[in-house]
Amino acid sequence: MPETRLHSSTAFKIWIAGLLLLVFAGTAVYVCQLVHGLGVTDLSRDVSWGFYIAQFSFLGGVAATPLILLIPACCHGFVPFRKILVCAMFMAVAATISATLIIIVDLGQPRRALNVILHPSPSSLMFWDMVTLTAYLVLSLAVGRIGLACEKNGIEPPRWMIVPVYALGLAALATRIVGAFLFSGLPGRHYWHTAILAPRFLASAFSTGPALLLLMLFVLRRLTGFDAGRQAVRGLASITAYAMAANVLFFLFELFTVLYGQAPGPMHTVTYLFFGHDGQGAWINGWMWFASAAALLSLALLLPSGLRDNETLLPFALALVVAANWIDKGLSFMIGGFTPNPFGTITGYAPSLAEIAVGLGIVALGLVILSCLVRTALPAGEQTGP
Amino acid sequence: MRRRDFLKAAGLAAVSLPLALPAAAFAETAAEGTFARPATVLSAGRWAMVIDTRKMASPAMQRKVITACHAWHNVPSFTGPQEVKWLWGAAYAAAFPEQALDPPPEALASRSFLLLCNHCENPPCVRVCPTGATFKRDDGIVVMDYHRCIGCRSCMAGCPYGARSFNFTDPRPGVPSPNLEYPMRASGVVEKCTFCAERLQRGALPLCVEASEGGILFGDLLDAASPVRKALEAGLALRRKPGLGTGPGVYYIL
Repeated sequence: MPETRLHSSTAFKIWIAGLLLLVFAGTAVYVCQLVHGLGVTDLSRDVSWGFYIAQFSFLGGVAATPLILLIPACCHGFVPFRKILVCAMFMAVAATISATLIIIVDLGQPRRALNVILHPSPSSLMFWDMVTLTAYLVLSLAVGRIGLACEKNGIEPPRWMIVPVYALGLAALATRIVGAFLFSGLPGRHYWHTAILAPRFLASAFSTGPALLLLMLFVLRRLTGFDAGRQAVRGLASITAYAMAANVLFFLFELFTVLYGQAPGPMHTVTYLFFGHDGQGAWINGWMWFASAAALLSLALLLPSGLRDNETLLPFALALVVAANWIDKGLSFMIGGFTPNPFGTITGYAPSLAEIAVGLGIVALGLVILSCLVRTALPAGEQTGP
Repeated sequence: MRRRDFLKAAGLAAVSLPLALPAAAFAETAAEGTFARPATVLSAGRWAMVIDTRKMASPAMQRKVITACHAWHNVPSFTGPQEVKWLWGAAYAAAFPEQALDPPPEALASRSFLLLCNHCENPPCVRVCPTGATFKRDDGIVVMDYHRCIGCRSCMAGCPYGARSFNFTDPRPGVPSPNLEYPMRASGVVEKCTFCAERLQRGALPLCVEASEGGILFGDLLDAASPVRKALEAGLALRRKPGLGTGPGVYYIL
């Protein structure tokens, strides 16, 4: 029974208790935000989206992970990925729920959230975000549930499974593309208003997702003895390496266009992110340089196959990928979009403690969901250690 | 029904609702009604505003029109980055960041320019709103339904003119003596200039136009005899950020 497995290990209980503590702290701060309004954030008239929407962009990328495995596993018959598909699906479910929650806490009037459904506006990308995320969540739950049942009973998945599986892949792609269009379609926001944004979203998702999945698999191997298999690890590491290479290249393409073209609007944003404004540094500058260094170092460790197969170095390289992509999407992306403001001047923004607490609480809730799903499902295919 | 089946059915119903409802809402069409416009209503094909920045440059004049607007519309008097404003003064370089002459002529460098919602021909804020809370009327005025707005602030990201404000907190403490003839907004919704749509309905011109002593003109852009068209014929005027294709309805005579 799932219940007995959940309660079997003390370490697991402590892990969940710690996460729940963060969830409760986040909830308490969110109640405070509900009472006092979004005034508890550092958002302003000029920087009207911040930490919350940035985490939405990052978590949306994590949610697209199953697509990475589905294409090789289903279209190219790469069997080693089938075993870990369920883990990726769980990661997707947890990330999608977190991404949805973070959109809700960003609303000024969360009680009216259903207006998006009651008054659908097809010209709005926010509306399509809601549609694609809901469809994606339903499909991942359905595919995960059926796949798990088949595995448990030792039977092949039914032939018609291919339909929801392909739909799931398309939905994953759609969430990322719509997620990018939400920003790239806005006139006058130079850092966002570029066609490379959707490819950048895809490349960053396809490097962050497998990197996080691999890190999770390493932790699971250490804790439970669940072995994804050497081929699966190698496959995921290669995908991370090439997707990250594409991600870095896309960013460099953008830098070239902006810095060589020298149109003041777009250039001002990039120089602000890396150097600040008028000789005055901004707190984000150090993070940008660290992310750039982390991204390049991760490529140096991942692209040569000799280094990539070194399983002592690999977790370090993967952590660098996640860190660089988190700073890119989860920290600097909103600041870049809103700085300079429409008046060509600078309005500073740094996430307030309230924003960080609520964001952490939501990520912790995602981890609770992920841990419980993995904990209950893993033994279906593999006998675990403790 | 077993508990497991019930939970399954309930779960399915909960997740299918967001997918099914938009389809139902699309199918619903508004009933055709008959509506006679009262004779007192001021109407136009496309409302537009011309600000003669030479006449509106003095701080006293700007304070007068801004107070007229903000007092009537219950705009809270907060200051700082989370402030709310419908009409305000800005420097030349801030008003026309990509069109400003460098070096700026002395007369322009020291002048303050009144900024407000441009009531665009092709408004990005309307395009991005996920609920239709912001919409464009047939006469070109972009208005908001404060009761439908969910506070997602997509419109603020979409507006290239920084014309929109968000109620980060309850506005009441910032409005010591509220005007009971105009609704107070709630915390968590976006607001902006309405071209005084509620006054046009009663046959009156916008408050800032009335208070400007002829410095701000208002009229139908499609009517060659309107004051705005005559002013635009007489001299060179600018619109803010014309390259974005939004088609602002506010013109500036320098």
